Amino acid sequence: MTALLAAILVTLKLAGLTTLILLLLGTPLAWWLARTRSRWRMPVGALVSLPMVLPPTVLGFYLLLGMGPDGPLGQLTTALGLGTLAFTFQGLLFASVLYSLPFVVHPLQSGFGAIDASVLEAAATLRASPFDRFISVVLPLSKPALVTATLFGFAHTVGEFGVVLMVGGNIDGQTRVLSVLLYDQVEAMAYGDAHRLAAGLLVFSFGMLLAMQWLGRRTALVHD
Amino acid sequence: MTEPTPDIELRLQLQRTNFALDVALSLPAQGVAVVFGPSGSGKSTLLRAIAGLEPRARGLLRVGAETWQDAHVRLPPHRRRVGVVFQHAALLPHLSVHDNLRYGWRRTGAPASVMQEWIDKLALGPLLARPPATLSGGERQRVALGRALVCQPRWLLLDEPLSALDVERRGEILPYLEAIRRETHIPLLYVTHAVEEAARLADHLVLLEAGRVRIAGPALEVLNSGDLPLALRDDAATVIEASVLGHDEHGLLRLGTPAGTLYAHGPAHPAGTRVRLRVQARDVSVALSAHTDTSVLNIVPAVLQSLSPLPNGQLQLQLLAGGLPLLARVSHQSAQRLQLREGLAVWAQIKSVALLV
Repeated sequence: MTALLAAILVTLKLAGLTTLILLLLGTPLAWWLARTRSRWRMPVGALVSLPMVLPPTVLGFYLLLGMGPDGPLGQLTTALGLGTLAFTFQGLLFASVLYSLPFVVHPLQSGFGAIDASVLEAAATLRASPFDRFISVVLPLSKPALVTATLFGFAHTVGEFGVVLMVGGNIDGQTRVLSVLLYDQVEAMAYGDAHRLAAGLLVFSFGMLLAMQWLGRRTALVHD
Repeated sequence: MTEPTPDIELRLQLQRTNFALDVALSLPAQGVAVVFGPSGSGKSTLLRAIAGLEPRARGLLRVGAETWQDAHVRLPPHRRRVGVVFQHAALLPHLSVHDNLRYGWRRTGAPASVMQEWIDKLALGPLLARPPATLSGGERQRVALGRALVCQPRWLLLDEPLSALDVERRGEILPYLEAIRRETHIPLLYVTHAVEEAARLADHLVLLEAGRVRIAGPALEVLNSGDLPLALRDDAATVIEASVLGHDEHGLLRLGTPAGTLYAHGPAHPAGTRVRLRVQARDVSVALSAHTDTSVLNIVPAVLQSLSPLPNGQLQLQLLAGGLPLLARVSHQSAQRLQLREGLAVWAQIKSVALLV
């Protein structure tokens, strides 16, 4: 049971931190993607979406190489005195941020894109600076998108498997997350434990989606 | 406070792929300047450039003592002391009416009395708690007006504020616009493609065509100059200023004009009120003698100034009635039969006079 508890804690810590980092990085990125007319918009947009179509093991493989002692990232972290990131929680966190990026950026991007440009222009003529407009108009109008992005980012990180296995391995209390624990239990033919864990994850995922729909309906009602 | 109000000086250019705006204007720092033109003439683009919302606009913009734009400076929209009323109001949908009013007001630090003053003047009190989505089109525009005015702008810009409203709702907004003109010193720039709005509101009129100023000047001069494209339109008209002399029990107003007394239907106004009248060319005919056996009420003596052919085969006559310009339309046959020529004394029969209220 301690293995399960450790895996739950690692998973929650990983998903929570990943979501937090993604909200901080993804918000400006999504704003740029939603509003820019730069020719870089499409290549950057494709790059952000890549983890959606790429087999997770492919992403994990390149990350493993990159984080290794000979990889560019590994050399950087070694030079900074951090050692290599492979098979550490920090490495797993870095991989998760990349892997879940589109699940946070896409809802934000479509939420930002739906904001009427004339409302922002009106706010500008009412003396609000660009940053002020973002805080006082864009964020409140994007509340449903922020909720969706948060829940998607969190749930998707909880559900990752292939990337974790490639870069994080299976270290108890450090990098072993619930989906990997489930795999271990099946490998060990511990079907009873596997059933409990699988059902738990199923209920969690369903609950997340239900909460999202409910929150979405509530905001729609408020805006009517 | 008799210091002269400094004027507005504007030279703005904007180059787009298939459109170029190139406008130079000097406008009085008081009253209503109407920018009038067909759609695509660049009038909304001009307004947006003034507000700073067209980042690619170049040139010079001085409003009184303030420079909003020149070769070295280009203030962003939030640093220009401008008020803008957009065509569709563009209220902040997540804020109540009251918070919409407060949004700009607290960023300018205007006194609380200004807020209360405009809530009262625009009758916004009953709307304060409502979200914008529950307002009618006319109410939205009133809130948008109030939201701009509580910021105490140096210049109030209105982008076709009535075009999204039906005729009845327009009547709810126009009196407020006139109150703003009457009771504040804030100059207004009013963009429209509706000639009635221009005729009713303008002190100064700018006619825009394909991104350039065709003509600009005092409103009545521009409206009544016969050689403009306006005069060739089917609804060509002259606009006359008159003062109310009185009204009878049938709702007929007696109006004093330089051409003599005219009669028009309209709501009762106190004697002495200045009003504007619009007389359409197609409602005016001419006779060589004063008929008394006609249903036409308004018959005034006039002198024929010029005759010009219209694309539809009719002739357009420019008349001067006691210093007042009038347009009339007659057929070629009538012109030959009456032997109309320049300098001829005629009687202008005006079938209907529209009161611009």
